[in-house]
Amino acid sequence: METKTKDVINGSEALIRSLIAEGVGTIFGYPGGAIMPVFDALYNHKEMIKHVLVRHEQGAVHAAQGYARVSGRVGVALVTSGPGTTNTITGITDAMMDSTPLVVISGQVFSSLLGTDAFQEADVIGVTQPVTKWAYQIRRVEEIPWAVSRAFYIASSGRPGPVVLDIAKDAQLNQCEFSYSKVDFLRSYQPVPEIDEQKIEQAAELINSAKKPLALIGQGVILGNAEKELIAFLEKGNIPFASTILGLSAVPSEHPLNFGMLGMHGNISPNMKTNECDVLIAIGMRFDDRVTGDLKTYARQAKVIHFDIDLAEMDKNVKTTVKVLGDAKQTLPLITKLLEKKSHEDWISSFKPYIEKEFDYVIKNELFPENGGEIKMGEVVNKVSQATNNEAVCVTDVGQHQMMATRYFKHTRSRSMITSGGLGTMGFGLPAGIGARYGAPERTVCIFVGDGGLQMTIQEFGTIMEHNIDIKIILLNNNYLGMVRQWQELFFDERYSETHLKNPDFIKIADAYNIKGRKVTKREELDEAIAEMLSHKGAYLLEVKVETKGMVYPMVPAGGSVTDILIGNGKTI
Amino acid sequence: MEDKTLYTITVFSENAVGVLNQITTIFTRRQLNIETLSVSPSAIKGIHKFTITTFSDSEETMKKLVRQIDKRVDILKAYYNVDYELVHQELALYKLSTDKVMEHGGIEYLVRKYNIRILEVTKDCVVFLKAGHYIETQSLFDELAEKIGVLQFVRSGRIAITKSPVERLSDMLAKRESQKLEI
Repeated sequence: METKTKDVINGSEALIRSLIAEGVGTIFGYPGGAIMPVFDALYNHKEMIKHVLVRHEQGAVHAAQGYARVSGRVGVALVTSGPGTTNTITGITDAMMDSTPLVVISGQVFSSLLGTDAFQEADVIGVTQPVTKWAYQIRRVEEIPWAVSRAFYIASSGRPGPVVLDIAKDAQLNQCEFSYSKVDFLRSYQPVPEIDEQKIEQAAELINSAKKPLALIGQGVILGNAEKELIAFLEKGNIPFASTILGLSAVPSEHPLNFGMLGMHGNISPNMKTNECDVLIAIGMRFDDRVTGDLKTYARQAKVIHFDIDLAEMDKNVKTTVKVLGDAKQTLPLITKLLEKKSHEDWISSFKPYIEKEFDYVIKNELFPENGGEIKMGEVVNKVSQATNNEAVCVTDVGQHQMMATRYFKHTRSRSMITSGGLGTMGFGLPAGIGARYGAPERTVCIFVGDGGLQMTIQEFGTIMEHNIDIKIILLNNNYLGMVRQWQELFFDERYSETHLKNPDFIKIADAYNIKGRKVTKREELDEAIAEMLSHKGAYLLEVKVETKGMVYPMVPAGGSVTDILIGNGKTI
Repeated sequence: MEDKTLYTITVFSENAVGVLNQITTIFTRRQLNIETLSVSPSAIKGIHKFTITTFSDSEETMKKLVRQIDKRVDILKAYYNVDYELVHQELALYKLSTDKVMEHGGIEYLVRKYNIRILEVTKDCVVFLKAGHYIETQSLFDELAEKIGVLQFVRSGRIAITKSPVERLSDMLAKRESQKLEI
């Protein structure tokens, strides 16, 4: 009697079946010589896996990022060897900085040719190792299921991050017996550190004794799905808080304890209060220099409690009093249990003068300018946010419009702010918005871009056209690389070196791609145009001609103290 | 260099391709020069041990460095020590002209005086080994170079063992394996 024959398939088929076993339903990719067998296998599985053909590999990775960030699932990109892979480096680095779970699968030349400078060969592992959580080259077909399961486990567990799988072409073609089992343990890798009960008690004690506590919320809360636990914690202790750029949307914008955004272009009150609080509670954030400004003057008076899943972030930039290692979803409830009910009434009301000041000096003029002048970026963001009931996914590119979007777009649910935080990647917005739409097909996706950043990945208009992707692109056009122009105005004696852009007719370009577009130059048309954009079925480009010399305030100049805040017209707070 | 301390970083890793690259990248980012490097299979099968020395003026930097190394998926454990916490050793090989050695008292004199081990004697040259701290192998080199002349010289990276009683890795591994059973 013959025993039951095992499934003998080639490596490409094994790869696709492994991806299906990991629940992958969407891939962003671009074919080429060294990955052709995989694309061939994909052809048989169109029902199971939707492949989104992008127009440049950078777009594939940013789309996978947008998908991952909005959905919490692992984003997958599939590219060919050599230039196909080197084109992904920006996105991979961005994902590493922003802890985004990705699996990037790249074709590689035949293993017999490795190391010989073969056609379209690149040292992918050597190049990507410094910017990935894990990078592995598959040379033998038998390794494929093993490597894929490891890749997904590593990318999604603990502090998430990008993983690269580089698959030699012969491994894609050779035959193997296929069986798949999921990895959930690696002895050299402990994704979630054990909780130290003593630290929990110390932290609770410190928070209970605090008269002026302030919490800083980072993306760790979102990555750990700990939003509810966070709100319970904050509400029991009545702890005012603000978010990092990536932590935005973890708690609804209108929550009474939410005092907005931290950092360089953050809100005045939490920045000022950072240097007044007695206990600073950092949760899933990493004290980036754009948040802290000059470390020598940062929160020196405060005892610092740091919640994080990553030991390497502890004491990296700011010395902490109590380190609470672990998954915030587990550590926060343990602390909440030990918290005493507090009101902190006086402390919380002391934020008010700063809020009023920010409104008077900055927000009023940005969101509700007097008639006659040029359209402001902030007012466009505010109008779009309101027109979507603050329920849309807000995706941004990088620059002034990004700061305006993070400042003025409001959120009612988590995973609603998709932006390039750590790396600050221009060109991120459009493809990330495409990915976000696939990650949350039921939600409205609004992408804010500048005229500079849009042109870095504008080729993805082709992807939008081909797949009829319903996204709303709001181009805030000031014909400048606005943020650099702002720095030139403030710090380089108004020497506007290479920041003016002579731009094409964006509406015509959109039209060529069959994307409906409209250009608005007058404030009176704005509301109606936004309504038209949102009610339109399908992609829409709304170009708004905004103030040429608009500035983003408040601003903590780079390297300055978090309390040295510029508020415009040469004034400081 | 005077105000800097020599730190010894010990790293245990899985025997995977590219681990050294992952480690050195973290040194490079912080502009730390690797003074010595020694890699070999450890006492535990399948696990490699790296012993790396580097000068730094900040223990804080070392803490951050080892945490960033430790964090890598293929790394089991990384820690740093200063010299007094370690028993450490380097090996040095010296090649001298046989004629010159004979002129300066012969081989027996050399062995007794410097506590060395002869590895090879031919009619042209004598090769011997000295184990010791950097300063010992270096001062011997300086002395021989001046008195006799050294034809060739090479020194290994440092190897080191902590003075504390257990190798910390075995505890960690046992714990990890028990966690695996729980999963």
